[in-house]
Amino acid sequence: MPARSEIERSDSVPEPSDSVLVRFRRGDLDAFESLFRLHQRSVYGWILRIVRDPAAAEDLTVETFWRIHRAHDRFESARPFEPWARRIATRAALDWLRARRPESELTDQDVADLPSKSAADPGIAAEIRLKTAQAFARLPPNLRIAAVLSLIEEQPHREVAAALGISVGAVKLRVSRAIRLLRKDLLKQGITP
Amino acid sequence: MKKHDDDRIKQLLQQSLPPVDPAAEPSRDLWPAVLGRLDAESVRSATAPGPLRQNWFDWALLAGLVVFAFSFPATIPVFLYYL
Repeated sequence: MPARSEIERSDSVPEPSDSVLVRFRRGDLDAFESLFRLHQRSVYGWILRIVRDPAAAEDLTVETFWRIHRAHDRFESARPFEPWARRIATRAALDWLRARRPESELTDQDVADLPSKSAADPGIAAEIRLKTAQAFARLPPNLRIAAVLSLIEEQPHREVAAALGISVGAVKLRVSRAIRLLRKDLLKQGITP
Repeated sequence: MKKHDDDRIKQLLQQSLPPVDPAAEPSRDLWPAVLGRLDAESVRSATAPGPLRQNWFDWALLAGLVVFAFSFPATIPVFLYYL
């Protein structure tokens, strides 16, 4: 399994040249396409981590780049593009989670279909895994995003905070609340974590 | 103890919802869909009625009704009857 630092290196995208960013800010469609080609994969990957549904992640990547294009004149070309795009992507994913019914039809197959880094531990019963996934899906969306990025994807708190537009302290608080609610839900179902 | 419990929850979560493969990519090129979305939006904004003007007219109408009601309060029941 690759180390976390290797994963982070493979995720990072080289920043586009200043001229592309300046042209994008002016509304140049070619510059926008260059940025899209450069960041499509990383934006998709970030959204997939949050929504955990490949088809929805593709739709939300389109939605994100549409929002990015709409906000081109608000982009500060002196700042890096990727964190800005990631923040817009996080907001689009949050809107999607809010619009979706909690734990709607989440099955073991959905969990198995996700392109993942590692296989599930056979020592943990499939039923417990499914109930945990369903309990997780019942968490309020803002807690779920903080927890999925921090606990499951092990993203640094600083990056999660930047993507959510909140402080590092607020991220820690949300993660802690998510764990508390999750434990309560699992206990109610007779699972002692 | 709390740290241990939190680590247990984290482990359970990672087993239930395994971390996403960092090499995951969209199954298709999404650029045509982005272009389609931009085109659809430009058509929609070109054909949509002017929301600002409509908004202004609504407010003016409401203000007129309020002024009228204050000036002639006896007409309020008549208005309500015809609503």
